[in-house]
Amino acid sequence: MGIFLPLVWFRHDDLKEMLDSNKDSLKLEAMKRIVAMIARGKNASDLFPAVVKNVACKNIEVKKLVYVYLVRYAEEQQDLALLSISTFQRGLKDPNQLIRASALRVLSSIRVPIIVPIMMLAIKEAASDMSPYVRKTAAHAIPKLYSLDSDQKDQLIEVIEKLLADKTTLVAGSVVMAFEEVCPERIDLIHKNYRKLCNLLIDVEEWGQVVIINMLTRYARTQFLSPNQNESLLEENTEKAFYGSEEEDAKDAKAEAAVLAKCKPYVMDPDHRLLLRNTKPLLQSRNAAVVMAVAQLYFHLAPKAEVGVIAKALVRLLRSHSEVQYVVLQNVATMSIKRRGMFEPYLKSFYIRSTDPTQIKILKLEVLTNLANETNISTILREFQTYIRSMDKDFVAATIQAIGRCATNIGKVRDTCLNGLVQLLSNRDELVVAESVVVIKKLLQMQPAQHSEIIKHMAKLTDNIQVGWGVAGPRERGWQQCHMSEGISQVPMARASILWLIGEYCEHVPKIAPDVLRKMAKSFTNEEDIVKLQVINLAAKLYLTNSKQSKLLTQYVLNLAKYDQNYDIRDRARFIRQLIVPTEKSGALNKYAKKLFLAQKPAPILESSFKDRDHFQLGSLSHLLNAKAVGYQELPDWPDEAPDPSVRNVEVPEWTKCTSREKRKEKVEKPFYSDSEGESGPTESADSEPESGSEENGSSSSSGSSSSGTEEEEEEEEEDSGEQSEDKEEEEEVEKRPKRKDKEGSHKAVLGSAGSPSEEEEEEERAKKAKKKAPQGRKGRVETSSEASTSESSSSGSDSGSEAEAKQRKPPSSKASPKEISLLDLDDFTPSPVQPIPSSSIISTSLVTDLEGLTLTDSSLTPTLLSPAFSAVKTYELLHRMAGEGLAVEYCFSRRPFPGDPHMVAVQIQISNNTDTEVKNLRVNEPKPLSGMRIQEFPEIEHLAPGDTATVVMGIDFCDSTQAANFQLCTHTRQFYVSIQPPVGELMAPVFMSENEFKKEQGKLMGMSEITEKLTLPEKCQSDHTIVQQLTSAANVGRVPCGASNEYRFAAKTVTSGSLVLITLERREGSTAQLTINSEKMVIGTMLVKDIIQALAQ
Amino acid sequence: MIHSLFLINAAGDIFLEKHWKSVVSRSVCDYFFEAQERASEAENVPPVIPTPHHYLLSVYRHKIFFVAVIQSEVPPLFVIEFLHRVVDTFQDYFGVCSEVIIKDNVVVVYEVLEEMLDNGFPLATESNILKELIKPPTILRTVVNTITGSTNVGDQLPTGQLSVVPWRRTGVKYTNNEAYFDVIEEIDAIIDKSGSTITAEIQGVIDACVKLTGMPDLTLSFMNPRLLDDVSFHPCVRFKRWESERILSFIPPDGNFRLLSYHVSAQNLVAIPVYVKHNISFRDSSSLGRFEITVGPKQTMGKTIEGVMVTSQMPKSVLNMTLTPSQGTHVFDPVTKLLSWDVGKINPQKLPSLKGSVSLQAGTSKPDENPTINLQFKIQQLAISGLKVNRLDMYGEKYKPFKGIKYMTKAGKFQVRT
Repeated sequence: MGIFLPLVWFRHDDLKEMLDSNKDSLKLEAMKRIVAMIARGKNASDLFPAVVKNVACKNIEVKKLVYVYLVRYAEEQQDLALLSISTFQRGLKDPNQLIRASALRVLSSIRVPIIVPIMMLAIKEAASDMSPYVRKTAAHAIPKLYSLDSDQKDQLIEVIEKLLADKTTLVAGSVVMAFEEVCPERIDLIHKNYRKLCNLLIDVEEWGQVVIINMLTRYARTQFLSPNQNESLLEENTEKAFYGSEEEDAKDAKAEAAVLAKCKPYVMDPDHRLLLRNTKPLLQSRNAAVVMAVAQLYFHLAPKAEVGVIAKALVRLLRSHSEVQYVVLQNVATMSIKRRGMFEPYLKSFYIRSTDPTQIKILKLEVLTNLANETNISTILREFQTYIRSMDKDFVAATIQAIGRCATNIGKVRDTCLNGLVQLLSNRDELVVAESVVVIKKLLQMQPAQHSEIIKHMAKLTDNIQVGWGVAGPRERGWQQCHMSEGISQVPMARASILWLIGEYCEHVPKIAPDVLRKMAKSFTNEEDIVKLQVINLAAKLYLTNSKQSKLLTQYVLNLAKYDQNYDIRDRARFIRQLIVPTEKSGALNKYAKKLFLAQKPAPILESSFKDRDHFQLGSLSHLLNAKAVGYQELPDWPDEAPDPSVRNVEVPEWTKCTSREKRKEKVEKPFYSDSEGESGPTESADSEPESGSEENGSSSSSGSSSSGTEEEEEEEEEDSGEQSEDKEEEEEVEKRPKRKDKEGSHKAVLGSAGSPSEEEEEEERAKKAKKKAPQGRKGRVETSSEASTSESSSSGSDSGSEAEAKQRKPPSSKASPKEISLLDLDDFTPSPVQPIPSSSIISTSLVTDLEGLTLTDSSLTPTLLSPAFSAVKTYELLHRMAGEGLAVEYCFSRRPFPGDPHMVAVQIQISNNTDTEVKNLRVNEPKPLSGMRIQEFPEIEHLAPGDTATVVMGIDFCDSTQAANFQLCTHTRQFYVSIQPPVGELMAPVFMSENEFKKEQGKLMGMSEITEKLTLPEKCQSDHTIVQQLTSAANVGRVPCGASNEYRFAAKTVTSGSLVLITLERREGSTAQLTINSEKMVIGTMLVKDIIQALAQ
Repeated sequence: MIHSLFLINAAGDIFLEKHWKSVVSRSVCDYFFEAQERASEAENVPPVIPTPHHYLLSVYRHKIFFVAVIQSEVPPLFVIEFLHRVVDTFQDYFGVCSEVIIKDNVVVVYEVLEEMLDNGFPLATESNILKELIKPPTILRTVVNTITGSTNVGDQLPTGQLSVVPWRRTGVKYTNNEAYFDVIEEIDAIIDKSGSTITAEIQGVIDACVKLTGMPDLTLSFMNPRLLDDVSFHPCVRFKRWESERILSFIPPDGNFRLLSYHVSAQNLVAIPVYVKHNISFRDSSSLGRFEITVGPKQTMGKTIEGVMVTSQMPKSVLNMTLTPSQGTHVFDPVTKLLSWDVGKINPQKLPSLKGSVSLQAGTSKPDENPTINLQFKIQQLAISGLKVNRLDMYGEKYKPFKGIKYMTKAGKFQVRT
């Protein structure tokens, strides 16, 4: 040692020298060696002063390695570590986001309490950084600071609250992580972000997904009602028969009472549904942790009927690494007890291969046992027979246990199993025999009378199962989960079991029993404790039943036991002697000795060790260990009454949210979601009778709609009175936008729909005012309700979706909350003749979409717009006069939102009758849309007089593709096959956004989502006006204000999926220009480029 | 979340440690060693070991234990999946993941680990992003670095981390643009004594090697997508498109990645391409047993079966085996009692067989169980489920890429009980 020490010293010296040099390569070499030392766990702390000097080194790799060193040793050398702080503070201001982020990362990783205030400040600042990456780092820093100084909690919660509101997927996962570490109890912080998190979920990176899903599981448990409350009643009733514990009865009764008292059908909260729907695709994730997280979410939250979807995904995980299998099987074992049916189809996936590790084999066995029922038991037993011959003895023992369990659970096969097990008694392997004995003993207890032969057979076995085979003492019955028995022998247990059996049923084997006792008395001193106890027990029982033959033996055994080393045995001997041998002192108990010893004993229930493990959140560490781990958050029970769902409403809707929501909407497979209804409450009902209105829901769907309808009426009256002033306001709004008036009508419409916050606020305020005034007199216009619903269904907003929901729940008389007012804006709609909307379609109204609704208002106020007055509107021929035998049909894209379904493109169809007879029953027939495409037909035209022309509107959802929609146009005599093919420019609707928003969105759509093309503008197409006009005629887009004079910006959203399409046209010198299109939809982008260039070239 | 990571080799040496929070003494690993001792084999070490103050979660790969130390509740799969991802990353960086390689590249390993976790929470796990942050070592780069003093560490934030396609690095350039897809199917089966199938399923994966310039947007469609019963995707695949059109639409990561793994629905009968005829018998009285197996083709769709390998774990009481193969080579390890027979190609005219005798330990009774036979084989140019790729299209870039699709069928966990 003495020789080595200076050596080490010298080596460090030379490292110091290298670090002090001014050559980066030397420094790097030194740092590499130091890091290698750290990695090997060698102490390098004495180099701290030399290393810390290099924290400001220019070379980035040296810097990084210094960071690594610093984070490792700062805690030990706090004073010196402070030297580096200023460097990081400088780094926090760096223009490069990577440097800002890494400075924050290192600063927050240095565990020096003195710098807590600096860290706090840095985190706060970073939380509002421009770069989402830096914000993410800030979120990561929160738990670090919290672990350093938990007094900062309140301030940190503020930061968390702020970051929770962040809309980028990058931040979401990290901030929820911070939330879980710092303040998991502050569930109220989630309310406002709940829907956003649900919607962003699929785009969050996989690790974040796991954390978010686990958190949302807990959240949902506190906020929604149990989707299984009706079934749970039934379930518990049946279960009671099996395990009639009093506690459960009490619970049962309570639950029953509660349910009966309310006696209302269950209707799932749409937010609850949203969560289930948005997590489902993640079952397809490649990340096992994500799949498991979704599986546990479904297990804990989904209605019983829907939980099944997770089975397939979980079975898939069984193909993964053995560690993954291990965890998944543990969870499957728990699930399969509760929901056996779920895994039954996958029974064969749990068959065991000889190459599986033992711990996996045993878990699979557990699952197979749980899955066994009357129908599949024969196959399972046949499998088990193969397993019994395995070379892996631990596994064989477990299989025997499993057979025992199958036998107790399924009466039909009990005898078969018993016979099989008895055969095993002649197995050569002692362990197998011993395990069988233990299991047989349990089975025999169920019907001892019929099996005295077996008991006799077993009695003979005491000789075969020899003493001293194993060393370990008694072991708890039932193998403990899968931690292997570590070679603990079952043999003493088996001997004890046989003795107990003989004692218990000594009347069945009257000849053998005393003989066995004789033998055991002989070997008493060499037995294991557990066996000794049973020998005493046997002696006592024999004494009571057959004292003649066994009196002396019993005395002998008790005397031996009296001097045993184990005090348990001494105690037992004393106790039993008092009890069975009558003396003067022994009192009343003596008489009852026989009753005490030979009472009927209930047969043991062989239960899975996974029973009742599901009170732990599945997939958690605590569940796996079956013990509460540090920091485990209990999964709360469902509330009896749902808390107020309106807390999740978000007042100011954001564009991003809307788009993401619309994107998601496509994913919903269930047909009724794709309807215009979006998320109307009743469709969500898991109950079979959604119509029988629950109290909470206010009323049945129809009355619900009518009630809200009336409410809107009232509002409308108010609106009417205040309309003038409002109009003025609106005009002012319009005026505010620069150079807007000169744009085409459609642009005005766009403008109207624009959701700038200020406008919204005004709207809201106005609405508030209107609300306050008491509604007077209803004129009861027929259309009102349908209008309202029309407009509402045209909305696509996500956040306010629930506003209407909330509204629906509240009785109409309830006080209007400020959120509801958005409904006000729906008022002045002209009844749309086109679409009869089912009255149940009361839905959401986001302000945004309301405003979109205003577009409609505008246009209906100026009826001229109804016809394609817009000069640029092109008409296309649908049916030529010749082909149509005098019937000519033309269509154009009116570029107005299709009332009733925001995902449809409105197609205005002009039909002129050039024949000299009347055309009757003109209608659309047999639309044959391609997959996903939907067509909303126009109402039938009953008569069309000769020479007359009729204009109707139909809606087509093209699914953002330019494929043609095919359908038949029928008259009373003929059918014509026609098709409408939309130009790509018509597949979108304009959106309004500010310049900043535009830039932000554009920033998100870089890379492959960006298409750039150069073009030359022709002579006549040089003026601003013509360019804008040509462009807007080519595509249905809205102009975005732009600071630069040589740039034009336009924005639109695709109609079906709501993906943003951003167009930038930049004029260069001469007549050249550059066209850039940013859109998630590549295909649309490319086609649009072509179309626009063509339009501009004309 | 993850507190520390220890890498332990087969000999029980901790050869690397990394801490993301306060330092956890390496003595915590004693609990792990204890568990390791108790478990007879490495694969039987429980993946989760509770200790008084910590929990140890471990994975075992490439003869190395990756032991993560955690202190509080965290989904165990989260950690296990992450550890596997670490191993995959190492493999991706260095080609192989072994103790020697890790020791040689300890600085890069450390830098990578530093980027992968922040405060124990995963930060960057996509290999495309990591490779931009820390360049993988190549011989050329090592030479250049030593001369110029430049570094392996990138100084720009990988744009991928901020974009909507975090898995792809930007600025990819290739002179030869090529995209190769390997459809690999594995048959998992248990065949019983009499040769009938107890369970058989097909699991497939599509591994891709995409080297395309720029930001290509690919779509891959199948002739018979209905075959795919259960799928899991690389995050790049647009789930929406798959749901609606059964088309794989994606912007690929650069380089090698697993695009898709799938399971062929259980309703479809699985064609078992090989059969094994076996006659293994031990007699109670004599210490000699007979051993004879023949492997033959069955339902191979006209393709040849290659790379056949038969392994079997013999009972403990087997002392030695005297066997003669009709083709290939065989080895019997008297210590582990593992018999392996490398058969090679199966010639349908002359079926390969392995015959001989087994000598048992004298005095012991005959083993209860006949050994299970594990089979490995490969069939080129065939996807046993019948899955066919229809076409591959590329959007978003102008050049014409070279495209290639390869099919292969392999044995997965293919066992014959005797």
